[in-house]
Amino acid sequence: MNEPAPRALTTLASKTAITLTLNGSDTQLEVEPWTTLLDLLRERLDMTGTKKGCDHGQCGACTVLVNGKRVLSCLTLAIMQDGAAITTIEGLCTGDTLHAMQQAFIEHDALQCGYCTPGQICSAVALIAEGKARTRDDIRELMSGNLCRCGAYPNIIAAIEQVMQRAEQQSR
Amino acid sequence: MTSSYIGQPLNRVDGRAKVTGEAKYAAEYNVHGLAHGFIVSSTIARGRIVRIDSGRAASVPGVLRVFTHENREHLPSYDRDDEHSFLPLRDAKIHFSGQPIALVVAETSELARYAASLVQVEYSHEPHVMDLNTRRGEAYDPKEDEDSASSTKDRGDAQSAFTHAAVRHEAEYTHPCEHHNPMEMHATTAAWHGDGKITAYEKTQGAPRSQKYLMKVFGFKKDEVRVIASYVGGAFGSGLRAEHQLFLSVLAARELARSVRVTLTRQQMFTIGYRPWSIQRLKLGAGADGALHAIGHDALTNTSRLEDYTENDVGWSAALYNCPNIKRSYKVAQIDCYTPADMRAPGGATGMYAIESAMDELAYAAGIDPLELRLKNYSEKDLNEDKPFSSKQLRECFRQGAQRFGWAKRNPAPRSMREGNELIGWGMATGIWEAMRLKASARAVLTYDGKLDVASATTDIGTGTYTIMTQIAADTLGLRIADVTFRLGDSTLPPAPIQGGSFTAASVGPAVKAACDAVREKLFKLARNVPDSGLANAKIEDVAFVDGRIALARDPSLGVTIVGAMRYGNLKQIEEVAKAELAEDLEKRYAMYVHSAIFAEVRVDADFGSVRVARVVNAVAAGRILNPKTARSQVLGGVVMGIGMALHEETLADHDLGRFMTHNFADYHIPVNADVQDIDVIFVDERDDIINPLGVKGVGEIGIVGTAAAIANAVFHATGKRVRDLPITLDKVFT
Ligand code: FES
Ligand code: FES
Repeated sequence: MNEPAPRALTTLASKTAITLTLNGSDTQLEVEPWTTLLDLLRERLDMTGTKKGCDHGQCGACTVLVNGKRVLSCLTLAIMQDGAAITTIEGLCTGDTLHAMQQAFIEHDALQCGYCTPGQICSAVALIAEGKARTRDDIRELMSGNLCRCGAYPNIIAAIEQVMQRAEQQSR
Repeated sequence: MTSSYIGQPLNRVDGRAKVTGEAKYAAEYNVHGLAHGFIVSSTIARGRIVRIDSGRAASVPGVLRVFTHENREHLPSYDRDDEHSFLPLRDAKIHFSGQPIALVVAETSELARYAASLVQVEYSHEPHVMDLNTRRGEAYDPKEDEDSASSTKDRGDAQSAFTHAAVRHEAEYTHPCEHHNPMEMHATTAAWHGDGKITAYEKTQGAPRSQKYLMKVFGFKKDEVRVIASYVGGAFGSGLRAEHQLFLSVLAARELARSVRVTLTRQQMFTIGYRPWSIQRLKLGAGADGALHAIGHDALTNTSRLEDYTENDVGWSAALYNCPNIKRSYKVAQIDCYTPADMRAPGGATGMYAIESAMDELAYAAGIDPLELRLKNYSEKDLNEDKPFSSKQLRECFRQGAQRFGWAKRNPAPRSMREGNELIGWGMATGIWEAMRLKASARAVLTYDGKLDVASATTDIGTGTYTIMTQIAADTLGLRIADVTFRLGDSTLPPAPIQGGSFTAASVGPAVKAACDAVREKLFKLARNVPDSGLANAKIEDVAFVDGRIALARDPSLGVTIVGAMRYGNLKQIEEVAKAELAEDLEKRYAMYVHSAIFAEVRVDADFGSVRVARVVNAVAAGRILNPKTARSQVLGGVVMGIGMALHEETLADHDLGRFMTHNFADYHIPVNADVQDIDVIFVDERDDIINPLGVKGVGEIGIVGTAAAIANAVFHATGKRVRDLPITLDKVFT
């Protein structure tokens, strides 16, 4: 075989220093250029609340908030997020108090195995912030990037609607 | 038992762990010194590896080892030919496309993945077959046949009754291969403890089963290997067997004396078990009044060349319908694929799709309302073995389901309902699933502070086991939910069966109750001796355990607190272990089933033929419902998977390459949020004093059974087009 001998990945590129505001705290990290935000969280930082369901941007399990917007962390290289504020499922509670969306998911049984759940919740939180969803069908459409093989969809919709309605009532 | 929790829609006790990300799944234990394995999958379907060159991969700095069939440790189990006939890296033979042929282990997951791309393989090809259709001539009676047709006897003379029937329907129904695709990919973190012992954090539906597998395959002693599955990100049958990642991670950990994790990629999730293709021929003969005179049901499913996979496709009609003449056959044919596996309601989802579609066609042929036809042929006993039902409230399912749906307003004529550009169709079907129960055990430990710890090696794959077992335990001892902890998913806990077949509640529930009852008795004896308790002359039947107290039922002011009784007895804890199983003769005397009636409304775009399911009403009779909230979720999930089966799911194969083509979520479609609209679940009252002490049957599978048929029937009603080949994609609707 006359292919070139493989090079060590570590010689392909050196690590780069980045800073992420991770769930509110500034975190200095050295990352390899190919490390996805998802692998950074799960494998380097032991923040396993963010899930990997496909690694290809097809399931939504890895959804996190980057500067408040929902982003698939498996399709995002960590190095691209230098300076960004990242919120993961671990960062949604305030102390022991759950985020309203987390609480609504529990109350409506919007989860079964729980594996898609962190992604669903992050996505739902961002969905409300986006302010585009008006009807139940809108929510369904705008939550369709988050797959749930357990089929908890009707309960996910119920949970999101409840949080949306409460938020509207409060803003009135 | 006083029930303050059983029957209540309690929130999941594991809900908080799941919404905060604290719940740890198999690939999430970042144990010390962890190495990462990546599987190299074969690219051909059948043949041999002529040469495998892992030199380039192994030379990448950070790569620890490349395991192939040439260099892996020799295990005695490689020489055994008995069961688990497939073990990765056994030899050079290729049995299916995607077969694991090497494992690259490296310091990081990226390195392992990169190095895996450098493994060079040369194959010698042998001709393969992947298309079941071309194998019809090679179909045979399967070797292991417990599940399938021969366990149920034929009756009467179906052929002649069919020939003479006033109304006849005969057709073939097919459905494709489907993959379970739980959201969590299969993974094992094999933690190496330095003394040869291993803890495997494993995605499985049964920690004890995975432990047994490791003992058998690697020769571990029981105390040398522990399997933990505290949280399982769905499985639906894919976790019943030990899959490639368990074997390979443990193999590597042993040889490297290091902890190793192996995770399948989503693409590799298509290299494990799946629901097989099926081809079913139904023949129904009836009188002009719709009374069934003959049922013929012949099913063919694929298996692999490795072993015979079988499922019960054809056994359902005789339990469901009162028909004197029934003839069935079940055959398998081999293709060059991995062996199929049980997938949610194996056989039931498949067989009932065909039966209930055929019943709808018969209804049209006879000019009878489909619901009326079901009632006309309602069975009062199970004709498979001529046994009464332990309970059967299917009639009530029909009544309540039809009422909620508004079935009475249905105009039977196809294409009779339309709104704008949408053709509207209403269809219905029946569901049935066995109510099984297996041997299980549990341990209950009550401590002096009034806290109860209950444990069993069962699993919670999203079903709600944590929650319902906590409810049962809390009620048995009259404790608050917050004072009860239920642990599961650990092979060191008292043995319990795998989670599957909808039998967990009915199997483990009674064991939990028995263990708590044993604690209860001890506690009661203590309480009687407490001075001034007022219980000195009481019998256990006279007292109630409520709110942490043991008190006389007729005068609750007399009694003692649990904590008080423990203190009086000077006890740190009371520990009891109990086993529970089905009374031996019960199965001989009774037929035990869960039933359901499904009503579906579809909307079909009149130009494009695209189908959406606007609403489903599923009325279920499943004995006592321990927790209507989690039980409803189970049925919802089943219905959603039924929508997928009806409209979306299909693993397409490239017959030339012998390979699955649709091996990712972009190509293998499962229902997304926008595909699912109104689903209404009704639990009808069904009291069953025979089946088990809790009167519970189980709801994990029933939601999918019959759902695809109800939708297919609705599509016919909407369009006049009968699609007998799932999934009902738009190309099939108007061609
Ligand atoms: S893991 Fe990122 S979308 Fe699936
Ligand atoms: S809860 Fe299991 S995948 Fe959504």
